[in-house]
Amino acid sequence: MNSSTPAIDVQGLYKSYGDKLVLDGIDLNVAEGTVFSLLGPNGAGKTTVVQILSTLITADAGEIRVAGHDLHRNPEAVRAAIGVTGQFSAVDGLLTGEENLIMMADLYHLGRREGRRRAAELLEQFDLVEPGKKMAMTYSGGMKRRLDLAMTLVGSPRIIFLDEPTTGLDPRSRHSMWQLIRQLVAGGVTVLLTTQYLEEADQLADQIAVLDHGRLVAQGSPEQLKRLAPGGHVRLRFNAPEEFALAAQALQATAQDDDALVLQVPNDGSVHSLRALLARIDDASLEVDELTVHTPDLDDVFFAVTGQPIANDTTDEKVTSK
Amino acid sequence: MSTVSYPMADTATMLRRNLRHALRYPGLSLGAVGMPVIMLLLFGLVFGDTFSAGLGGGGSFDYIDFLTPGILLMSIASGTMSPAVAACTDMTEGIVARFRTMAIFRPAVLTGHVIGATILTVISLVLVVGFAILIGFRPNASVGDWLLASGLLVALTVAFTWFAVALGLTSKTPEGASNIVLPISFVLPFLSNTFIPLESMPSGIRWFAEYQPFTAVIDTLRHLLLGTPMDSGNGWLALVWCVAIALVGYFWAQKNYNKGTAA
Repeated sequence: MNSSTPAIDVQGLYKSYGDKLVLDGIDLNVAEGTVFSLLGPNGAGKTTVVQILSTLITADAGEIRVAGHDLHRNPEAVRAAIGVTGQFSAVDGLLTGEENLIMMADLYHLGRREGRRRAAELLEQFDLVEPGKKMAMTYSGGMKRRLDLAMTLVGSPRIIFLDEPTTGLDPRSRHSMWQLIRQLVAGGVTVLLTTQYLEEADQLADQIAVLDHGRLVAQGSPEQLKRLAPGGHVRLRFNAPEEFALAAQALQATAQDDDALVLQVPNDGSVHSLRALLARIDDASLEVDELTVHTPDLDDVFFAVTGQPIANDTTDEKVTSK
Repeated sequence: MSTVSYPMADTATMLRRNLRHALRYPGLSLGAVGMPVIMLLLFGLVFGDTFSAGLGGGGSFDYIDFLTPGILLMSIASGTMSPAVAACTDMTEGIVARFRTMAIFRPAVLTGHVIGATILTVISLVLVVGFAILIGFRPNASVGDWLLASGLLVALTVAFTWFAVALGLTSKTPEGASNIVLPISFVLPFLSNTFIPLESMPSGIRWFAEYQPFTAVIDTLRHLLLGTPMDSGNGWLALVWCVAIALVGYFWAQKNYNKGTAA
């Protein structure tokens, strides 16, 4: 593989289950050594893309090259180049963390001594030395994810697929997972990750593609996407109608709800601009009942690129799956 | 990029994984291994005299001798349950998805289950023979006969285990997998000449028992171990059954395992 060959190249990817079209003509191009994020709500088709690119299921149509190999003609060569950490834990619960890693080393034919060395190194790197002696079924969610990723790395794959690597993790585990992913990329690995969170894609990705109902509705760098979704604002709620009317004039509100007495004022949420806004509220002597800061998220990107919010059913799913 | 496959090494890795599982739950493994011994003692010591009398037994008819080859097959049959459930459990968990995205020898995962289960079943067979001898089993077989009998038992174990794994993989849940192999682990041993001779069965059941694989194998084992007369051709029939069940089981299991993935 030379540097001009993309790590992942997909043209016209289609997949349906029965009469339900899941992927409706996807094109992707991921440059070597970069992080590419597929962003979308549940049911958008993110997992299906990962499953197809990692040879787990077959596509109905599409040209796919991974690590320079035609996935349809030579899936074994693709498998030899990739590592996958799926959405559901792929560790053997009845083996200890260390045994899981050694099993992977055996499957990569690293040899007995090198396999043990690599397992010890990964236990160290992923902060699992102590739990490494216990059965994986006793691990917490965050520990299982770390072991899962460590197992994926045993064979030092050049291309890694991460399907919602932080869904269900607490904030601390999420940040340590981000840190691990950044280390990988620093080592020259190509990463394709899926996520429901704009913040996560923003933190990690060089390129983001927004997936909705099996179609790519937007693609670009995090900056480009955030420019598409200027959704940062402050919500102000008032008690009295006269205060509300006064504020609407004084604060250049972009949206107002006359019944709920709520105003939306554009604001990027930084301390500096919040202080400026509060100063204006003081100057006008306004009585504000409640103030909330809203930073752009997936919903804003969706609203910006599709013109409609995430469909209700998928939003519900998203909430219940957390 | 080289994609050399390592059939032996990968299968050995999977076998190690399954043996570790067995050791981690020794209670479960011991239960499966010990159950046939309990059946042997129950039918041999508790019911034996009554059965023997009912079958017109006198001094010449030894029920323990009659029973033991059948119990050996029962060990094989009951040993198919755990690999079927284990293979199905694997599929419902993420670990097999991981294996399927790796460049490992494809049949290794299931072969590991089959070899692991075969080892446990062989232990069970040895225990049954040991206990049978303790309670009066007196085979008069030569070393050659023992070797032939052992070969036949192992062949049947491998065959039925592959078939049970294939069946287990058709189920979406481990509970379903344990139900779906019940006909092998329960019905076949009872509706055969394990406990009573075919002549003493009602005609419909007798017809089934006569043509199902267990009967031919048990008949052959009795001939090899005890020198009882054998229906001509049953030896070859037993072998054909083993090969046919093994082949169908193997290819069906692999097909179920690879369903929907890039070949």
